[in-house]
Amino acid sequence: MKKLLNDPNQAAAELIDGLVDYYNGSVTKAGPGAIALTEIAADKVALLVGGGTGHEPIYHGLIGPGMADGAACGDIFAAPPPNVILDATRAVNKGQGVLFLYGNYAGDVMNFKIAAQLAAAEGIRVETVLIWDDVASAPPSDKESRRGIAGLIPIVKLAGAAAEKATDLEELVSLVTLARDNTRSVGVALSPGSIPATGMPTFELDEDSIGIGMGIHGEQGVGVDKMMTADALADKLVDLILADDLPIGSGDEVLVLINSLGSTTMMECLIVLKRVKAILTEKDIKIYDVLLGPLVTCQEMAGLSISFTKLDETLKPLWDTPCSSLGYTKL
Amino acid sequence: MLDRTLSPNEVKEMILSICDKIIASEAKLSEADRKLGDGDHGLGMQRGFTAAKAQVEALDPKSIGEVFSATGMALMASMGGASGAVMGMLYQSGGTALNECEALDAPALSRFLDAARDGVCNLGGAKPGDKTMVDALVGAQEAGQASVDKSLSEAFAAIAAGASDGMEKTKAMIATMGRAKTLGEKSIGHPDPGALSVSIMFNTMNEYVNC
Repeated sequence: MKKLLNDPNQAAAELIDGLVDYYNGSVTKAGPGAIALTEIAADKVALLVGGGTGHEPIYHGLIGPGMADGAACGDIFAAPPPNVILDATRAVNKGQGVLFLYGNYAGDVMNFKIAAQLAAAEGIRVETVLIWDDVASAPPSDKESRRGIAGLIPIVKLAGAAAEKATDLEELVSLVTLARDNTRSVGVALSPGSIPATGMPTFELDEDSIGIGMGIHGEQGVGVDKMMTADALADKLVDLILADDLPIGSGDEVLVLINSLGSTTMMECLIVLKRVKAILTEKDIKIYDVLLGPLVTCQEMAGLSISFTKLDETLKPLWDTPCSSLGYTKL
Repeated sequence: MLDRTLSPNEVKEMILSICDKIIASEAKLSEADRKLGDGDHGLGMQRGFTAAKAQVEALDPKSIGEVFSATGMALMASMGGASGAVMGMLYQSGGTALNECEALDAPALSRFLDAARDGVCNLGGAKPGDKTMVDALVGAQEAGQASVDKSLSEAFAAIAAGASDGMEKTKAMIATMGRAKTLGEKSIGHPDPGALSVSIMFNTMNEYVNC
């Protein structure tokens, strides 16, 4: 694997420095791994995201106006430690409290939980909304065991818009919970990514096999299937989402995200989108907006995920507001 | 045989011996993790205990809890990930139970282990039998509870054996948590790397006290 690195063990630290350079002054480092918008409005209810690095542009590439106020970044594929989360929390806190919004993975949950206690001890109010959009990771009756995958992109965008208008932390929690509860995703893995420090693959998959519902680190999904056409795969994935407990049917409006896990090309994503659109049209489900590209990745992992967010009259105006960030910009 | 108590400075020496032992066990722990995870557990532990060593060496401790808590905070801050949180919480919450304690005896050791177990289990939600470090920790904690009437040297020997037993039991278990969960039945036959780390820690404590 040819990969542009210096010291492989410093990859996380160097990419964070590069990210700050990308933002060219609008984002500041508040400590190792902790970054925040340089200017945050006084009295703003703050939105903090975070997780392991190596999945760029998430989460740290989602900082920006109308998006997250700050991010806590861990090592490659590893949750950030509590002190990093606390540094980022202090940097975004404007006295109105901080919402922690991140994916439901054991390491992240534990470290953010400890950080929330440390922040509370300093008098900073913290609430948490976990992202658990992956329908393949556990049954609907056990949402708390579901992983957070690419659905986090529309969720963070909606949360960023909500944070700009929310008058208090409770209002933000309720809007973000609605965005989370209206979002469902499912992915497919075609081939693994690699661990930057070792070059080792993140999981094993036979050449002619694909992992339906497999997580972005190779976590177990629905099952391993034989390679199939883009249309057959799109049918299968859309079925999995529509069979879940969120009713999406005739007359409903949805955001559609086709997310590349890294090396799957825009061509492939567009071919899948064409089929998804056809399925939804046939069911009289209207597409309100489309997101497409490598937004939640695992290095050069091949595969993609499909996410739907069902919009209602509360979420639509939040979606319509502009935002900008490395990962997602809406004019 | 040591039939007295340990002072804060002796506990500091004991922690430093654990740091050296874990740092030297990097290859063994990473090898164990290659069977069940992504193979970086040894490196994470090495990073954590190198940071803990620097932190603890600089201490002039007044209480037993201070030494354990400083160890926990250093592990948490330097390791990250799930293992940083649980290993750090083991020492940090255990240490909090001994904040006022100036002499470590068998009942205090048991209080440390009870608080460590509660802290780790409340944080991560793992139960005995889930094939995690909790199996080794609970092995030590139960042995500690059974040893409150014994001498400190007997108590340390018992918790080391309890941690080893708990670690050995993880070999027959199917992983139900963390990244190893994806392996399902393929995880049988290998010890959980976190349980192996915990077993090394408590056995090093025993060697410090009884050798």
